[in-house]
Amino acid sequence: MSEQFEPNVVAFLCNWCTYAGADLAGTSRMHYEPNVNIIRVMCSGRVNPLFVVNALQQGADSVLVSGCHPGDCHYMEGNYYARRRFTLMKELLDYVGVDPQRFHMSWVSASEGNKWKDVVGEVVKETKEVGSFEQFQRDKINW
Amino acid sequence: MNNKPRIGVYVCHCGANIAKTVDVEAVSEFASHLPYVKVARNYAYMCSDPGQLLIREDIKNEGLTRVVVASCSPRMHELTFRKTLAAAGLNPYYLEMANIREHCSWVHTDRDEATAKAKRLVYSAVAKARLLEPLTEKEVEVEPSALIVGGGIAGIQAALDIAAAGFKVYMVEKTTSVGGKMSQLDKTFPTLDCSACILTPKMVDVASHPNIELMTYSKVEDISGYVGNFDVKVRKKARYVDMDKCTGCGACAEECRLRGTIPNDYDMGLGKRGAIYLPFPQAVPAKYTIDPDRCLMLTRGKCGKGPKCVEACAVGAVNFEQEDEIVEFKVGTVIIATGYEIFDASKKPEYGYGQYPNVINGLELERLVAASGPTGGEIVIGKGDKAMVPKEVAFISCVGSRDDSVDKPYCSRVCCMYSAKLAHLILEKLPEANVRIYYMDVRAFGKGYEEFYDRVRREGVHYIRGNPSEIFKRGDKLVVKAEDTLAGRPLEDEVDLVVLAVGLEPRQDAREIIDILKLSQSADGFYMEAHPKLAPVDTATDGVYLAGCAQGPKDIPDTVAQAKGAAASALILLSSGQVKVQAQISIVDESTCRGCGFCVEICPYGAIELVEINRMGNMAQVARVNEALCKGCGACAAGCLSGSIQQRSFKDQQILPQIAVLGAMK
Repeated sequence: MSEQFEPNVVAFLCNWCTYAGADLAGTSRMHYEPNVNIIRVMCSGRVNPLFVVNALQQGADSVLVSGCHPGDCHYMEGNYYARRRFTLMKELLDYVGVDPQRFHMSWVSASEGNKWKDVVGEVVKETKEVGSFEQFQRDKINW
Repeated sequence: MNNKPRIGVYVCHCGANIAKTVDVEAVSEFASHLPYVKVARNYAYMCSDPGQLLIREDIKNEGLTRVVVASCSPRMHELTFRKTLAAAGLNPYYLEMANIREHCSWVHTDRDEATAKAKRLVYSAVAKARLLEPLTEKEVEVEPSALIVGGGIAGIQAALDIAAAGFKVYMVEKTTSVGGKMSQLDKTFPTLDCSACILTPKMVDVASHPNIELMTYSKVEDISGYVGNFDVKVRKKARYVDMDKCTGCGACAEECRLRGTIPNDYDMGLGKRGAIYLPFPQAVPAKYTIDPDRCLMLTRGKCGKGPKCVEACAVGAVNFEQEDEIVEFKVGTVIIATGYEIFDASKKPEYGYGQYPNVINGLELERLVAASGPTGGEIVIGKGDKAMVPKEVAFISCVGSRDDSVDKPYCSRVCCMYSAKLAHLILEKLPEANVRIYYMDVRAFGKGYEEFYDRVRREGVHYIRGNPSEIFKRGDKLVVKAEDTLAGRPLEDEVDLVVLAVGLEPRQDAREIIDILKLSQSADGFYMEAHPKLAPVDTATDGVYLAGCAQGPKDIPDTVAQAKGAAASALILLSSGQVKVQAQISIVDESTCRGCGFCVEICPYGAIELVEINRMGNMAQVARVNEALCKGCGACAAGCLSGSIQQRSFKDQQILPQIAVLGAMK
């Protein structure tokens, strides 16, 4: 991959913590890479593992799921489900030959704008290392 | 879908906040070519009246059926724009927002990159908007009554406020009397009001108020239901004394064979009571209770030739056959005011609490200085020959506060001031005494607190900055080993009495309420509020509020203020009589659900149940969502094997197009 490669990251953020944390990063005028495209869900527990596979199929180079810190879920247990599902998911992706650097999970609270910035930096950096993802890709949008 | 959606896209400049880094013209031009988009405009401030008017006019004139607003975070203005849609006669849930300010213009500097990202986010929103469905916010009736758990000053204040507003209040208190920790205090800082003098009238009010049903010596066994409609089950423990007959005369306690042998919790174990007792003279209700763990009749079935309390009672109130009673009722709202416990100082073994009788905690000293206490207000340590009036007194602050070694990193907020108050009370009673306070920092933050701190220093209380490392015995004296960190000098201070200013910690039984109501705890173990600043009395469970130290350490003024806040929040619900429930909740497609019950297990709110339905002539088990209980997290939707349960506004078929668009837009 050339140095020009700009990865496309699809991120699923929970409304109460990480989405709000990303809002705070904005309000605090922190600057970070523009490669992460955010889809808002109410809880990280809503993120179906199939969404991750689907994103990789549709052209994303990596996927990020981020929610409240374990124990702080707005819905009490949603992020525990996310943690379990995606721990398994990561192994599954590894098994089918997808580089683990293409899937990321993080816990960012509403007060951690700084951490959100760091997470984005880290995800983009790791995705750049593994380059464009084409194994799963479909040709065009099908909706 | 026969009616093709007609989408309007509105790109906001937010003055220069967005327009400076994002080419808003280009974004709206891009949007105008997207599928189903009929109108795409950009405007300086979409949230302003003219901005909203633009949307309303287009809805009417262009026949828009979906609206996408690309502006700030939906956490900021989603409600504003939903109202705009509603005002134009469109279902408010036909709105989708693209966050191109917080997530784009404010965090990126390159105009081209930011514009490209804004386009992606707008495309994603348009892709979802096409598939949005109309939702209705259902309203449920609110049962016009409140449950208050805990009868301390927080619970009392909240109960009185709600009752005064004309609503029924059920107060459940675990011990035999209301009053809580405040009733154990002698004086209150910084005004030195007598605690009992200001508290007991309120205690009496609670018991006598026609709108308040007081249940002491009772425990909440279960709360089910949802905001506006909670079903409560309370266990009223057997007192073995008929509450209706007992006059509180005390003749029974005079005669009890165990009189003066059982440590009284109210006096921190320093005073003794009998097996039939009233914890303190001003207890409310003033009815006696038999301690089932100590009473000879109840533990051994035999008490001399016959229980003397029965003989003594002129009204025949003692009844050893009495059994626990289960009471069930409905309430619309719940206030948790269960209070705190004090830190167990024996967890800091270096201070010798529990080892040396003249190392005591603040609450024990409180009972010793109280006129109603076991010594009648005389500061005497020990009994009989060993009785000693202390002359040299040392306080140690922050015992079980601001201390990572015992997992208590937080400040307990009251210890600095109660140490100052107790030091003052000691000097008042023992003018010859020398009192010093070992401290880390003095936090005198409240109204009149700093002045009180100044006052006790002027009265001769000596403040030494330094956290003692050890307390040990030397002859008759205790030695406090410390370093005066201001003078930079090690000390060995010989004293007669050490008072540990213990901190506040969550109740040991805090878990019980968590299990019943599914509340969350903050890192310190206290119940967690919905928002630390803007919703300090709310919880994540609608209709459940927090008051007092159950939420975190507080002094009395703050506790009362919070209790009044919780009461006000509860009254909003009660007086409006109706409450809107979440609209973006889960829905089951009963034609495909196979009734496996995965979602039932997943749901943290118990909002899903399996029901039998007749599906084309066959009985089938399917999941069904209780719309009042569902909070709309969507965990069930992610777990469903057949995709039959979906979260409204966040359905698979609404999110997948977003993924497709974002994936494709490299």
